[in-house]
Amino acid sequence: MSTLICHQEKLNESNIQALVDICPFGALEHKNGTLEITAGCKMCKLCVKKGPQGVMEFIEDAATTVDKNSWKGIGVYVDHVEGEIHPVTLELIGKAKELASVVNFPVYCVFIGYNIKDKAQELLHYGVDEVFVYDYEELKHFRIEPYTAAFEDFIQRIKPSSLLVGATTIGRSLAPRVAARFRTGLTADCTTLEMKENTDLVQIRPAFGGNIMAQIICPNTRPQMATVRYKVMNAPEKQCEPSGKITLCQLDPQQLVSSINVLKVTHKQIEENISDAEVIIAVGRALKSEKDMAMIKELAQLLGAQIAGTRPLVEAGWINAKQQIGLSGRTVKPKLIITLGISGAVQFTAGMNSSEQIFAINKDPLASIFNIAHYGIIGDLYEVVPQLIEDIKGSKLLACAR
Amino acid sequence: MKILVCIKQVPGTSKIDVDPVTGVLKRDGVDSKMNPYDLFAIETALKLKEQKGGTIQVISMGPPQAKEVIREAFMMGVDEGALVSDRKFAGADVLATSYTISQGVRQLDDFDLILCGKQTTDGDTAQVGPEMAEYLGIPHIANVLSIVDLKDTSIQVEMDMANTIEVAEIQFPCLLTVEKDIFQPRLPSYKKKLSTKDREIRMITFKDFQDNNETRYGLSGSPTQVERIFPPSVNSDRETWTGTSAELSAQIADKLKQLKFV
Repeated sequence: MSTLICHQEKLNESNIQALVDICPFGALEHKNGTLEITAGCKMCKLCVKKGPQGVMEFIEDAATTVDKNSWKGIGVYVDHVEGEIHPVTLELIGKAKELASVVNFPVYCVFIGYNIKDKAQELLHYGVDEVFVYDYEELKHFRIEPYTAAFEDFIQRIKPSSLLVGATTIGRSLAPRVAARFRTGLTADCTTLEMKENTDLVQIRPAFGGNIMAQIICPNTRPQMATVRYKVMNAPEKQCEPSGKITLCQLDPQQLVSSINVLKVTHKQIEENISDAEVIIAVGRALKSEKDMAMIKELAQLLGAQIAGTRPLVEAGWINAKQQIGLSGRTVKPKLIITLGISGAVQFTAGMNSSEQIFAINKDPLASIFNIAHYGIIGDLYEVVPQLIEDIKGSKLLACAR
Repeated sequence: MKILVCIKQVPGTSKIDVDPVTGVLKRDGVDSKMNPYDLFAIETALKLKEQKGGTIQVISMGPPQAKEVIREAFMMGVDEGALVSDRKFAGADVLATSYTISQGVRQLDDFDLILCGKQTTDGDTAQVGPEMAEYLGIPHIANVLSIVDLKDTSIQVEMDMANTIEVAEIQFPCLLTVEKDIFQPRLPSYKKKLSTKDREIRMITFKDFQDNNETRYGLSGSPTQVERIFPPSVNSDRETWTGTSAELSAQIADKLKQLKFV
């Protein structure tokens, strides 16, 4: 087992304090001239690298390795409710194809549900090599035991090197269960995925509330698993001619048993969803009063935009919680986003920084939103927005007159 | 009924910087608190106990100071608490953490219901609950919005799916992860603080576990490795415009036209 040891004989009064100070987790405790490593240790090895030389030592054991050659291909979980395929699936197919091309892997889909054979055809228009379908009445609703059993069967049968799962309600529940069953790594909410020549999947995700990016690998186990949120990757173009094939898979009746019984399914009211919006106007704390929302609404209407905002506006009740962008709200990836009076805390920008065009209007030239905006406009929204409304109206009139 | 709630001590703030020279995390202070999502799980347990009676235990994993959050749970009305703590668990990722806690749970009791918050504010993965359920061999439902009905051998819950809300009944024993706002968490009580201040917190260490295979815990038991950490990227293709509001708005309108948004 890898372990961290402290060479107590090399300790002296001066380096003890240095080591205590170095540990960012407060896991080194000074006790009567000796140094104790507590359960707070995160094995960051900072004390080894930055501490007084030779005092702390990290002893690494040889990890058990996996035969990477016997795990091939990239699998994508087809996320759906009652056969309606969630678009994140297509985005993951797009990413899987990119990753697969590096190491010359096939791309597979695993589709678990009921009455879905026809729906599987649709996937063949996006360039997957093979779709594995588990079609049973017991799989009509997402229930954890049979879905995990089907996923397990797919992995045993195909031995995919990597698996991509949408970070949807279902994906976030199913993927960890599967990962634990195979005692393998799972990285949540990846924002970047890359493939190494040795088939290791490089997974990058925001950590600590998006204040830091962590690059994660899973070198000694297979399959490597990652979840990715909707609107992070790009869906491939739909091809007219289908390619690839569909394979129906069988399960034992006992694998379909569940102690969960779905009693009722109610469809949520279809409402405007900022996650699907192509154009968004996002407002922040610089908005002084609720009546000023009228001006925002007018601009939004002119641009065919949906209105979104930051958390303080939700708390003020000026927009509803479903319109909140950010880590505790929604992730959006519109073609255009105009932020008005938003300073650009990472909690917000993590939810919108992959938008195609970012316009930011803010009075403060040092606002961090300007670090991510493509067009940073230093100005007061109360002066710029009314003028902009007039300018857009003017050019629309002109267009009509022509 | 016997209920267990999993709780975690998290940093009081998510403000974190990377030292640009050393590439090392700079954590300011040691300020910490209970993961806010766990309060909803504790409240759910208390509500269920009010209905059916029984006991509520909490379990946490972390350094000895994580006892603080167990004390906080006592102040809310939780009956017993245990802390899984050992140097051997250092450096655990999601998988190793889930396995470690599941081993701890096995030391405590057979529970009817295990409740977890939706996720933590420091790890943010929402994965530990489902992975624990797998290791304990019990079914789980995530994203529970509300409790519909509590029966003797099962519970009916509403779960939040992408486009639907589903009502499902799940047999005990099981694990649920609950959404924020399922119930309004109560505040810790001062009276309970006094009456529970000497209550013992059970410490569970590696040697108490059934599975003493060291390679399943801590860094060794963690399949994922952090290769590096770095600050979020800054978009380099950017322009900054200044001027009078008339100039600025005209410039924006022109650009929007050019990009075909107008």
